[in-house]
Amino acid sequence: MSGTFIGMPAFPRAARAAVHDATLRGNLRHATHTIRGKRAQAVAELADWQQLRDAGKQIKDHTLRHLDRYLEQLERSVTAAGGTVHWAADAEEANRIVAGLVKATGESEVVKVKSMATQETGLNEALAAEGIHAYETDLAELIVQLGDDRPSHILVPAIHRNRAEIRDIFRERMGRWGRAAPQDLTDEPADLAEAARLHLREKFLRAKVGISGANFMVAETGTLVVFESEGNGRMCLTLPETLISVVGIEKTIPTWRDLEVFLQTLPRSSTAERMNPYTSTWTGTTDGDGPRSFHLVLLDNGRTDALADDVGRQALRCIRCSACLNVCPVYERAGGHAYGSVYPGPIGAILTPQLRGTTSEIDASLPYASSLCGACYEVCPVAIDIPEVLVHLREKVASQGGHLWEKAAMKAAALAMDHPAAMAAGERIASRTRALHPKRPPGAGAWTDSRDLPDLPAEPFRDWWKKNRT
Amino acid sequence: MSSRDRILARVRAAVDGAPAAPAPTRSYLNSHTPGDPAAVLDLLHHNLADYRARVHRTAAACLAPLVAQLLAARNARSVLVPAGLPDTWLADTHRVRVVEDTEGATAAQLDAVDSVITGCALAIAETGTIVLDAGTAQGRRRITLVPDHHICVVRVPDQVVASVPQAMGRLDPGRPLTWISGPSATSDIELDRVEGVHGPRTLDVVLLSP
Ligand code: SF4
Repeated sequence: MSGTFIGMPAFPRAARAAVHDATLRGNLRHATHTIRGKRAQAVAELADWQQLRDAGKQIKDHTLRHLDRYLEQLERSVTAAGGTVHWAADAEEANRIVAGLVKATGESEVVKVKSMATQETGLNEALAAEGIHAYETDLAELIVQLGDDRPSHILVPAIHRNRAEIRDIFRERMGRWGRAAPQDLTDEPADLAEAARLHLREKFLRAKVGISGANFMVAETGTLVVFESEGNGRMCLTLPETLISVVGIEKTIPTWRDLEVFLQTLPRSSTAERMNPYTSTWTGTTDGDGPRSFHLVLLDNGRTDALADDVGRQALRCIRCSACLNVCPVYERAGGHAYGSVYPGPIGAILTPQLRGTTSEIDASLPYASSLCGACYEVCPVAIDIPEVLVHLREKVASQGGHLWEKAAMKAAALAMDHPAAMAAGERIASRTRALHPKRPPGAGAWTDSRDLPDLPAEPFRDWWKKNRT
Repeated sequence: MSSRDRILARVRAAVDGAPAAPAPTRSYLNSHTPGDPAAVLDLLHHNLADYRARVHRTAAACLAPLVAQLLAARNARSVLVPAGLPDTWLADTHRVRVVEDTEGATAAQLDAVDSVITGCALAIAETGTIVLDAGTAQGRRRITLVPDHHICVVRVPDQVVASVPQAMGRLDPGRPLTWISGPSATSDIELDRVEGVHGPRTLDVVLLSP
C-alpha cells in the first residue's frame, strides 16, 4: 500500500495522542453521531432492508467465488465497448501504468475524483515524482490536499477539520495551487464551498485527463459506476478527453440488475440519503459524449491474499459506505489517522492487515483496535462479520510469534485500560455475548501470566452503550 | 508471466476448494409503494422537494409559460438546448438567447450559459431521482452539469416509475447514465449541507401531464 503512512506510529500510540485532542474528538463525535442517527432513519424506510442486505452479501460472495470468470468477462465487455483494460499486480505497477498513460497524452496535469484505490497506491505522490500534478476535486479531499494532511474518514475525509481550520487552509494555500481564495473569506460553509467551486472550475475547464476509481464494475455489460454528491465526479468523468479508472478487482459484480441492490443500500448506509445527488454510469466510450479514450486499471495489491483467507475474504465484500466507522466507539475516540492507512475504522482494522500483511507493528496492532462490540457488523449493508475477522486476525498475529504481536497486543490493551468504557468493557461484554469469540484474546495468556490486569471499569458497558449509541 | 495471468492465477488458487456460492436470492421488494399512479406521483414530488429540487406540476398547454417564468425568475439571458427538444417548450421564451448544444461546444462556452433545459429518461419516486440517458432532448452529459440552472421535464405518467428495481429494467447500460437526486450538494464542512459545489445550484423539475 501507499508510502504515505510510512513512519506512522502503531495504532495504540496514535490513538492515545488522538484521544487527548479535544478538537478532534469534538469534531468526530458530532460527525459520527449525526450520520448514524440519520442513517438509522433512512434504513428504517425500507421494510426489506434485511433482504437487500442478504442479497448484497450473496452477490458479493458469489462474485468473489468466481472472480476469475467475472474479471475475464469484465475485460471482454469493457474492451468491446471501446475501453482498454490494464492489470496491476501491486501499487507500484498501477502507478507506473497510470503515469505512462498520462505521459502519452502529453499532459502534466490531471483532475481526480475521490478514490480510495488511488490513495491506497499513493498515486498522487507517484505522479508528482514524474512531474505530473494531480488535483483532488472532492471538497474534502481538496481540504486534505491543500492542508498537506491525510484523510481520516472514508466518506468525509476532512471531518477532523472544523470550519475555521478550513478557512485558514483555503486562505493560506489555495493561491499556491491555482485561483486564490478571497482574503476576506469567512468560515461559513457556503462561502467555503463557493471558494472551492471557483478554484476548481478553472481546473475542470482546462483538464484533458481525468482519474477516478469506481464503486462498481458490471462484468456483464462492462459498465462502471461512480456515486457522488458534488458533481466534481461528473466533471472529471465527462469533460476530459482521457479517463483513467483505477479499481480494485473486488469491485466487480456480475449483472446490471445486481446494481439495484447497491443503489438502494449504499446511499442509505453511507450518507443516510435515499439516493446520493449524482450517480454516473458509463460503458467504454460514447461517440460525441465524454472522454474519447477510456482506460481501466484492475488493481490487485493484496486483494488476492485476502481472498485466499477463508475467514478474512469477507472483507472484500465491503462497498466502502463507512457506516461501520460511524458506530465504532474506538474510531470515535481514536480518529481515522490512528489506523495508519487509507482505510480507517473497523473495516480498516480488518482490511489493511490483510492487504499489507502483519509484519509491521502498526499492521499487527490493527486487529486489536476494537472492542468487539459488534455494532459494525449490525450496520454493515453487506453483513461483514468484522468481529469474527478481527478475532481470526488476532490468532494469526499471535501465531507469528516473536515480540511483534506481543508488543502490539500489549499496547492496544494498555490503551483499552486508559479508556476503559470504550474498549475493555466492550471486550468483556463481547466475550460473554458472542459465542464465536474466544474466552480471552488469543495469546493473552502469554502476558496475563506475568502481568496484573488492571481492574475493569466501573461503568457497565450496557449503560455506556445506551448513553452513547444513538 | 503477465500481471493479468498472475492475478487470475492467484484468484484461482485463492478460491480453490472454497464452497460454492449460489446465485443471490432476490427476496427483496420490487417496489415499496402502492401501484396507484397518483400516489407514486405524489411520492416523487415529495422526495424531489425533500432534496431541494423545485418541483412544478403542469399540463402540456401551460408548459411554455412556465418555462419562460422559470428562466425569468433566474434572470437567465441564455438557455442551452439539446438536440430533439420540442420547440413548443420554449415558445413563450423571449429575450433569452437559445443556444443549441453542438459537439464542438467547449466546456468554457457551456460555462457562459445561464440555464439548460432537458427532458429525461425516467424519474424514480421512492428516491426522488431523475435519470438522463443522453437520448433525445437530453444531450451530452456535460450540458446538465456546467450551467448553474437545470430545468428538467418529466413526462407523467410514462416516465415515472416507483422504485429503483423498476427503473433498472428500463435503462440501457450501454448508454451513459446520469442519476440526479436534487441539486449538487456537499456536507464536507462540519456536515452542513451546502448546495451547488460544482453541478447546478438550482434544479427545477417539471412534472408534465398530457
Ligand atoms: S465494512 Fe460494511 S459498514 Fe464498513 S464500510 Fe464496508 S460495507 Fe460499509
